Amino acid sequence: MPDQVLFAIEVTLNGLMAGVLYALVALGFVLIFKASGIFNYAQGVMALFAALTLVGIMDGQVPFAHLINVVFGTNVHHFGWTVPALLAIALTMVVMVGFAWAVNRLVLRHLVNQVPIILFMATIGLAYFLEGLGDMMWGADIKKLDVGLPQGINGWIDSTTFDAFGYGFFIDNLDIVATLIAAILVTGLVLFSQYTKQGRALRAVADDHQAALSVGISLSFIWVLVWSIAGFVALVAGIMWGAKSGVQFSLSLIALKALPVLMLGGFTSIPGAIVGGLIIGMGEKLFEFLVGAPYLGGATEIWFAYVLALVFLVFRPQGLFGEKIIERV
Amino acid sequence: MKDDSYVTSDGRTIGGVLMDLRRITLRFGGVEAIKDISFDIREGEIRAIIGPNGAGKSSMLNVISGFYVPQEGEVWFRGARRPPMKPFQVARQGIARTFQNIALFEGMTVLDNVMTGRLTQMKASMLSEAIWWGKAQREELANRERVERVIDFLEIQHIRKTPVGRLPYGLKKRVELARALAAQPRLLLLDEPMAGMNVEEKEDMSRFILDVNDEFGTTIALIEHDMGVVMDLSDRVVVMDYGRKIGDGTPHEVRNNQEVIDAYLGVAHD
Repeated sequence: MPDQVLFAIEVTLNGLMAGVLYALVALGFVLIFKASGIFNYAQGVMALFAALTLVGIMDGQVPFAHLINVVFGTNVHHFGWTVPALLAIALTMVVMVGFAWAVNRLVLRHLVNQVPIILFMATIGLAYFLEGLGDMMWGADIKKLDVGLPQGINGWIDSTTFDAFGYGFFIDNLDIVATLIAAILVTGLVLFSQYTKQGRALRAVADDHQAALSVGISLSFIWVLVWSIAGFVALVAGIMWGAKSGVQFSLSLIALKALPVLMLGGFTSIPGAIVGGLIIGMGEKLFEFLVGAPYLGGATEIWFAYVLALVFLVFRPQGLFGEKIIERV
Repeated sequence: MKDDSYVTSDGRTIGGVLMDLRRITLRFGGVEAIKDISFDIREGEIRAIIGPNGAGKSSMLNVISGFYVPQEGEVWFRGARRPPMKPFQVARQGIARTFQNIALFEGMTVLDNVMTGRLTQMKASMLSEAIWWGKAQREELANRERVERVIDFLEIQHIRKTPVGRLPYGLKKRVELARALAAQPRLLLLDEPMAGMNVEEKEDMSRFILDVNDEFGTTIALIEHDMGVVMDLSDRVVVMDYGRKIGDGTPHEVRNNQEVIDAYLGVAHD
């Protein structure tokens, strides 16, 4: 096989794996949008916040250290212990559930029956509040996140492909693990929503609020549940992204990459979020490799996803898998 | 609850008061949708609320099911005064309902829709559900049994796996009834169960309502503005007009009530 084709395959594979992360963030959006019609702008920041909290807990950092020191004249920064990764993940999840509860109790409850744009604005406010809170609690420096996931080039793929094609593919172990975990997560979510009581209640709420109430489903409970699940998805995305490129505030920008993913896949479809993420991830890498770098001076990855989504919007506004919106007159 | 139960001419037992509505007044802004209305629903009976369009029948049903909270008056259920509640809490107390404009989960299959009716009966913890084990599994199977029985009873076996969105209107109405029935309600509320149906479908639905009452002993309160259907179906009838109660009694009594004749039957409508 010519080198150019081999490179392209390698780029495609890497793009697909980057797409898994986009898909994870997009998945969080879809879950909340389906259940409550709220476009949660804060989903990306939730991933950042989850990752920050995880690192903070693992390192035994004192939350709000700066504030505490200023108010009490102390000088505390660390508890002096470290917490094992699994326990820290569990604790972070507790924090995310608490956040889900607080959002519903303090914000969304007061905005029931408001028009979507109001709810959207509220989530923008929420996003920046959460970013500020993360900064206040854990500090703004870039942190290293290591929960023990394997990292570095996968030797087996490298040597196998080298033997076969005379060119070894560079595939990061972390990307493989991320793909596996994402697959397990999505399978789990689908099984949960199809075969359990809460899952059925969740689908019921997503379908018709009034009918859901009439069969005894508490909307506020379901909303806390769905925000908690979105928090869990955010945590997983945060761990992957953090392990890959460190926990830093630019992490919240991945939320913006989830937008074109959603436009492509549809705002209400879980498979859409996955497929959309993969297409965007693969598309932008491949475009950069085939067109961007040789002809356009590179850096096309910044805008390619958005332009692709724009083209898509023109021809299929509901996305690949979204429900067609028909307004009866 | 004093026992003043009696047996009807067709051999059904009507028990004591199940639901008692006392001096209910409901306002929307300055408009009084319900004006100082009292009536009761007794265990085992079929109780109809009739009246011309805009009489406040649906508002009344929404008060009973907790979708509206009246400004004045008391709702008594099973011998206790009910505090203001959310609709889902009312549902969990054993009051199931259908809607005038059908509120089904369109994207879900018939079976899944009817299964949602069982949600109030399921107690397994989320953890055991997450791993689909033990109690959760037993519960799911027990619920499936009840649900299959209801599906058989309402003769919708052939569409079990069909997404509801694809069904014709008459069948949707039946699926909605099945969902409400799956909850094994103490009180079943039907909001215009025959609206928009042809004669044949109306006859089918009437038969189902009578059979449900007979077979499961379910207490039923229903709204209808087709007078003829109601008279054959119900044990007692409340007549509403412009938010007021203008008649209450057996179909025979109501039919001969001068005020009812004037306000409702006397005026041309439809």
